[in-house]
Amino acid sequence: MRPQRDTTMQSGKRIPEILLVEDNAADARLTTDALKSGGVETRVHHVLDGEQALAYLRNQGEYATAMRPSLILLDLNLPKIDGREVLAELKRDAQLRRIPVVILTSSGERADVNRCYELQANGYIVKPLGHREFVERIQRVGHFWLSVVNRPTT
Amino acid sequence: MPGTGNSCEVLVVEDLWSDARITIDALKKRNVFTHIHHVEDGEKALAYLRRQGEYAAAPRPDLILLDLNLPKIDGREVLEEVKRDRQLRRIPVVIITSSRAEEDLVNTYDLHANCYITKPDRFEEYTRVAESIEDFWLHLSELPDTAE
Repeated sequence: MRPQRDTTMQSGKRIPEILLVEDNAADARLTTDALKSGGVETRVHHVLDGEQALAYLRNQGEYATAMRPSLILLDLNLPKIDGREVLAELKRDAQLRRIPVVILTSSGERADVNRCYELQANGYIVKPLGHREFVERIQRVGHFWLSVVNRPTT
Repeated sequence: MPGTGNSCEVLVVEDLWSDARITIDALKKRNVFTHIHHVEDGEKALAYLRRQGEYAAAPRPDLILLDLNLPKIDGREVLEEVKRDRQLRRIPVVIITSSRAEEDLVNTYDLHANCYITKPDRFEEYTRVAESIEDFWLHLSELPDTAE
């Protein structure tokens, strides 16, 4: 089945679809709210682990009609399939590699940063500890990737 | 995290001086330790990155801003070379181009460009875009350690 693409907003522009891969419910809530409060209408789809992320992107099982996202926010320490492996899989895949993947993690380890860029992550954001800083950072990240950057829609 | 006082090396590959000026001014705005290296064509970009000739002592960039339509060697080819190279492939590459061709957009992402930004026509908007690039890449995102 052909995956669906971003649908059209009132203005004629497409509504961006974001896939958020995050196992922590509180972080997911904060991130989703921050993205949606950034001034650009957006849809955020949330999955809880690496296995769901890959199934979602491959339109498997319950995700058969899932919209293809134009941006992925990916945590690293995930149950089932680790975020690093999800990243490697995505960037190996001829169809999926073009979707920007921004790592969003509590890990500030240099080894993780270097490894993710080697695997061709598009960006790497460390989650701030403070609630306010977290929201502000996600809004700025959202602004850059949704309003400044051009993302492929195919 | 950039902006901690450590120096940050940015390579700007841009053949139009007016565009380069806007980008460079924005990149240097908030951090005195941001060093910009500007080259005007793809041939110089590759020589710089490979530390050849006059660039033998060039520091490895932490970030590359790359136009696509360049004299001598095209930006698309520079991108391919960078992403093929074991030492260079981890360096984030920000494409900034006047091209609005869907083909360029898709192909450069497939080649693992980190992001693609079309140049606005108006000066004020271009400045804002350059400031957003500075914000995300020099203040928000972690950058990889440069492989020596």
